[in-house]
Amino acid sequence: MDFLGILSQTASWILRPETIAYALATMGLAVHFGYGGLLNFGQAGFMLIGGYGYAISILSLGWPWWAGILVGIGASIIFAFILGLPTLRLRADYLAIATIALAEALRLIVQSTMLDDVTNSADGLGGYHEGFRSANPFPPGTYGFGPWTYNEAELWIRVFGLILLGLAIWGVWALMRSPWGRVLRGIREDEDAVRALGKNVFAYKMQSLIIGGILGTLGGVVLVLPSAVVPQVYLPSLTFFLWTILLLGGAATIWGPVLGTVIFWIVYSFLGLFLPEMVNAGWIPGVTPSQMGVVRFILVGVALMLIVIFRPQGILGDKRELSFNARK
Amino acid sequence: MVTAQGFWSLIKRPALLLFAMLVASLALASLAISPAHADETNTDKYDYIFSGNVKYNDEPLEGVQLLVDGNGYSAEVVTDEKGHWEVGVPEKAKYNITLVESTLPKGVIVAPDEEGRITISEKGATVEAEFGLTKDKSVNFFLGEGVRKVTPFIDRLMGSIMNGLNFGLMLALASIGLSLIYGTTGIAIFSHAEMVTLGAVGAFFFSVFLGWPIWIGIPLALILSAAAGYTQDMAIWRPLRKRGLSIVQLMIVSIGFSLALRYLFQFFIGGGTTLLPTNPDTTSKLNILGPIHLSIVDMVSMAISIVVLAAVAFWLLYTRTGKATRAINDNESLSAASGIDVDKVVRLVWVLGSVLAGLSGVLWAYFRPGIKWDMGWQLLLLIFAAVVLGGLGTAFGALVGSIIIGLLVELTPLWLSADIKYVGALVVLIVVLLFRPQGLLGKKERVG
Repeated sequence: MDFLGILSQTASWILRPETIAYALATMGLAVHFGYGGLLNFGQAGFMLIGGYGYAISILSLGWPWWAGILVGIGASIIFAFILGLPTLRLRADYLAIATIALAEALRLIVQSTMLDDVTNSADGLGGYHEGFRSANPFPPGTYGFGPWTYNEAELWIRVFGLILLGLAIWGVWALMRSPWGRVLRGIREDEDAVRALGKNVFAYKMQSLIIGGILGTLGGVVLVLPSAVVPQVYLPSLTFFLWTILLLGGAATIWGPVLGTVIFWIVYSFLGLFLPEMVNAGWIPGVTPSQMGVVRFILVGVALMLIVIFRPQGILGDKRELSFNARK
Repeated sequence: MVTAQGFWSLIKRPALLLFAMLVASLALASLAISPAHADETNTDKYDYIFSGNVKYNDEPLEGVQLLVDGNGYSAEVVTDEKGHWEVGVPEKAKYNITLVESTLPKGVIVAPDEEGRITISEKGATVEAEFGLTKDKSVNFFLGEGVRKVTPFIDRLMGSIMNGLNFGLMLALASIGLSLIYGTTGIAIFSHAEMVTLGAVGAFFFSVFLGWPIWIGIPLALILSAAAGYTQDMAIWRPLRKRGLSIVQLMIVSIGFSLALRYLFQFFIGGGTTLLPTNPDTTSKLNILGPIHLSIVDMVSMAISIVVLAAVAFWLLYTRTGKATRAINDNESLSAASGIDVDKVVRLVWVLGSVLAGLSGVLWAYFRPGIKWDMGWQLLLLIFAAVVLGGLGTAFGALVGSIIIGLLVELTPLWLSADIKYVGALVVLIVVLLFRPQGLLGKKERVG
């Protein structure tokens, strides 16, 4: 077994576009759930809008790459309104069902052959990289060391993603210590009390849904920067992975989503490489390597259960700031 | 470098020659198709003329009927012995031209074209035609060998309605389970999807893997489902309720449980689709009444659903435990205070809900057809849509909602692409939440 090779590949996952994208989308979930108490199970839908909004603006409309990002953001604001208007006045579990349903509906629609001209149905979109790559400020060459060695294009994607992530972290931090953030946390703890203070609870919730959704959309853009838009990525499982990450790191914390994402990807990619190798090395008889590859998904589910039961505040969270209110 | 003038002098003579040849050939062509022989409709009345030749293997076909309609105008024409036809139309606009396939010789149909411009209906093959720069436009159909089977719309409609009812009934089995569990415990239980899959996988295990007959396999699968429901409540949900986890936490636990179970299924049965044992005699469609065609499997499946749903309704309305279930649904602490053993009833609901979900999974495995590791998950959002439409937590609402969602899903492909047939149900979910969040049969204060 090439143990060093596995470790080196695992280490590369600390800084990948996927890692940055998940961290951004999970920051969005933190704004929704950690600070606002909103059960958004459709974050994959916001990421889909980011990816498709970016690719379609470039491919079908011929717009520059930065306009593609703005289109994604605009579309995600509309999506947030469609989600929020019917559900934000209702009990939390209605929002959960509505968000997961709309995100799935969105995925089925972009996958449908009816929109083949624009979305290329199940095959997804590719070949929209020219604009972003020509904006690359780094001269051609090799950068970094060890598992973190990149060419100029790979470096540019990572730097751009990290800039977005840095802005997101700073933005969420600034928002949550502002009066707006305090009201939002108040809504999470006791909606009626905040309403009694004369605040428009619905408007605050909607703003939280929009801001978190935009972060999800930016995550979706970073996710598609390296290669292609693949509709099968945006399954509800993606949302649940983000939830696992969020609750692992700490839902109502600034650094929780980043820490959770890094831990998630290290463990997840390590298991993805190590488990099939265990079978190949003959340590586990009677199981095929592809079967063993499924085990890590089972472990994500079990991890989600255990975190919610035994440490719902996450690694960095404060037990007093529990974001699960038992409102019924 | 050749100047423009030089270029013209170079090609002048061949160009003139070419032009002369073109004129001559046009004259010859117009002679060959003498207007006197072609069957014409309104060609002297209007200036704009569609024309064409109907040929099969280079043999002209006589007596083929064509229809031209559009912009409030319609005309028909029959080809002459040369297979030629002409129709005059009043405006320079788009018209639909239909070749009536029943007037073609037997075994000949209009061949599908690669760009998909031809649409096939009961009347025949239709193309859209438009004039270019001239007042004439030739429209030709390519014919090929084949037999066209056009199912009349009413037959397809009836077929879809029957499928929708069948699907709605099996959806109702799963939805009522979910709704009862929600009503008594307050958890929107995502892992219910895996109870649906478990029923189908259980039947697969006993009847395909072990090779036992299906009439033993299915009851054993349902016993397995019951055991799974009982164990779940004992090992996970009751201890967690006692631990004081909130509703939202329990819901997320159920999502993790669902994820783990789903991939556990994939671990054991792989990513492909497997069929339950069937007999071709029982799956072929029989003529029942007029346009209604059902297979024996369809009829047995619907009968089982109806009987089981009626039994559940009877249990809820007239038995002690059924009444206790409804009482807990209304007010848990009051029920406990009046002597109902809440934990016992909740466990019964878990067992019942899991068995119903398992049964729905077995029936769905025949309906889809096939067993897949994530089949229950595919059904889950439809279950949620049905339950919310009927009223979250109401058993009879779940039944009504399921039938409506079942019909909607199966009727969608009649008008829209089949790959978005689940989208309609999800849109209904949003619309219901917008205008009547308590659902069709829910009480308003439940929404809170």
